Amino acid sequence: MKFNGKVLLGLAAAAALALSAPMLSAQDAAPKVIKIGYAISKTGPNAGGANITQIPNYQLWVQEVNAKGGLLLKQYGKRIPIEVVEYDDRSNSEEAVRAVERLIEQDKVDLLLPPWGTGINLAVGPTFNKHGYPQMTFSAVTDRAPELAKRWPNSFWFLGTSKQYIDALVELMVKLRKEGKINDQIAMVSVADGFGIDLSKAARSGFEAAGFKLVFDKSYPVGTQDMAPIVGEAERSKADTFIAFSYPPDTVAIVDQARLTSYAPKVMFTGVGTFFPLFPQRFGDNAEGVISLGGWSKDNKATMEYREKIRKLVNRDPDYWGSQIGYSSLQMLEQAIERVGKIDRAAIIKELQTGTFDTVIGKIKLENNMPKDAFWLLGQWQDGLYVGVAPQRPGVADLRVPKAPWKK
Amino acid sequence: MITEPLLSGITLGGIYALIAMGLTLQYGVARIMNLSYGESLVAACFAALWLFTAVSVNPLIGLLVIVPLAALINWLVYQVLLMPLVKRAPSRDALEVDSILATFGLLFVAQGIMLAIFGGNYFSYSFLAIPVKIFGATVSASRLLALAFAVVIGLALYLGLTRTRAGTAIRAVAVDPVSALLVAIDVRATAAFAYALGGALVAAGGVLVSMFLTFNASLGVVFTMKALIVVIMGGVGNLMGCLVAGMILGLTETFVATYVDPGLTLAATYIIFIAVLLLRPQGLFGARRS
Repeated sequence: MKFNGKVLLGLAAAAALALSAPMLSAQDAAPKVIKIGYAISKTGPNAGGANITQIPNYQLWVQEVNAKGGLLLKQYGKRIPIEVVEYDDRSNSEEAVRAVERLIEQDKVDLLLPPWGTGINLAVGPTFNKHGYPQMTFSAVTDRAPELAKRWPNSFWFLGTSKQYIDALVELMVKLRKEGKINDQIAMVSVADGFGIDLSKAARSGFEAAGFKLVFDKSYPVGTQDMAPIVGEAERSKADTFIAFSYPPDTVAIVDQARLTSYAPKVMFTGVGTFFPLFPQRFGDNAEGVISLGGWSKDNKATMEYREKIRKLVNRDPDYWGSQIGYSSLQMLEQAIERVGKIDRAAIIKELQTGTFDTVIGKIKLENNMPKDAFWLLGQWQDGLYVGVAPQRPGVADLRVPKAPWKK
Repeated sequence: MITEPLLSGITLGGIYALIAMGLTLQYGVARIMNLSYGESLVAACFAALWLFTAVSVNPLIGLLVIVPLAALINWLVYQVLLMPLVKRAPSRDALEVDSILATFGLLFVAQGIMLAIFGGNYFSYSFLAIPVKIFGATVSASRLLALAFAVVIGLALYLGLTRTRAGTAIRAVAVDPVSALLVAIDVRATAAFAYALGGALVAAGGVLVSMFLTFNASLGVVFTMKALIVVIMGGVGNLMGCLVAGMILGLTETFVATYVDPGLTLAATYIIFIAVLLLRPQGLFGARRS
């Protein structure tokens, strides 16, 4: 096809019109909805975690914002409701990347919420980054978080690094040893998967540097259904401290087996699942004294109110590690958007990086895209509540050691 | 010292056998390679959980409701969903392929229904988690019970299949459906019965393992995989083979975990599986196919 002058002129005029039109009407023509999209594991092996820590938070937050009429955008001088676009990533990284690309390119969402888990968040990181969407992860723990926050300044790592949890644990144990409450021997098991590998690696170097001896240190495959051999070996090792970096089914199986054989280490630390509502339901009084990641403030009214809201919404408690932090990250996003006053993703990211925000867990200010001293790293079941025992910050509960003997 | 891994290996093996028995009937006799098998097991777990927590019915009494119900549902699934495939299949191999596709779809339907009702959370309840001491080793009463069921059901069905007329008919269908037709066996009714019986067994297994395992709606495929290994290792359609193969796997896992390394249990299981496939492709107790 050959262009003549007339056609070119017409095209230029049309282009000029097309370009100028949105500029002229931007002030008055507010969008009907703000589209927020996310891909999350509704099925597959990650569904258990995503359903407890992440999906109820998304539902609650959208419900609350829309009950107010939506997000207040100064640019248009009014509240605009949120519309959600949701995909199931089927616990598969490639599927998650495709879904996020689709959300951006086809659904043209204004903002994205993160998927569940360390692996999938790492997988979608480049896509979030390429399109400049803030990625506020709160179910990912990785020692590469500081490096990733530098490489992808749009990414936020609320749960931080595995090293920070191990450092807190080592500090607690050094104190216990000094007080003569435990010996210097540790029995450690870990699931042979992301979480178990990362944390046991950090723990190995952390404990050895502090002069502890790992007298039993083994990993087991995901899906192991019989914990008798592992718990038996740990018991025979005579260590005062038992640590398991486990997944929910293994956590329950390990605690069950320990109770069954009356194996009572002085310090008992178990992995994911310990801070789930399932745990006290399953073990009742026997949950007392078990230590794990995360933790809850005993006397923070805002978190207690948050727990009530989650209870009303999904008829169960939130988990006591990531849930409250996740909801806080959504509150931060809301405040950042309203401060910026329009959907300007670069400005929202900037505000998230530099602003101070009011959340259910207190004031949060990020440092290198990670919260500093904003939440509990370690918790312990005490009198039916999973309270924060480290780091030492206002409201910290005293660690109870030795763990009470099992009740039958 | 050796009694501990021995006992926990035998109980674990019993659980594996229990999980796999239903599949050996469905695959071995009805010739339906049921990929939604694990979902049936998880559905039974949920049924037991619901009865226990919502209406406080003891899972053992729950068995009396869940098992017949599962048999009925499986019989209906066979009649409605699988019968058209059986009718149009030119050969048994073709039926296997068709049934894989059909039950693959069924897997997602079953999983979707469970996700819609229960969500993706982990569930667990405690029943009969009482320590029992046997020869100085401690094992939970619920696991012991699952083992007892596996042995009793396995032996009862084995004897039923080898010593009774109806059992002989079922075996005839498993071995050669065309010749079975010649001696006036209603092949389709027998296959439907075997499929329903398999469904009842998997439901019983689900109820029993729900007493000590933590499960969620997405866990089905794990059970299907385990059951498939046990069934193929033991010989398709052979309940004795199921029991023996389950025991071999259970004992291997616990002994490797205790004396070698817990990280190598899966590797050890698959090495044994491969060895059996190489040396006896028809399975430990399987009849050689001509």
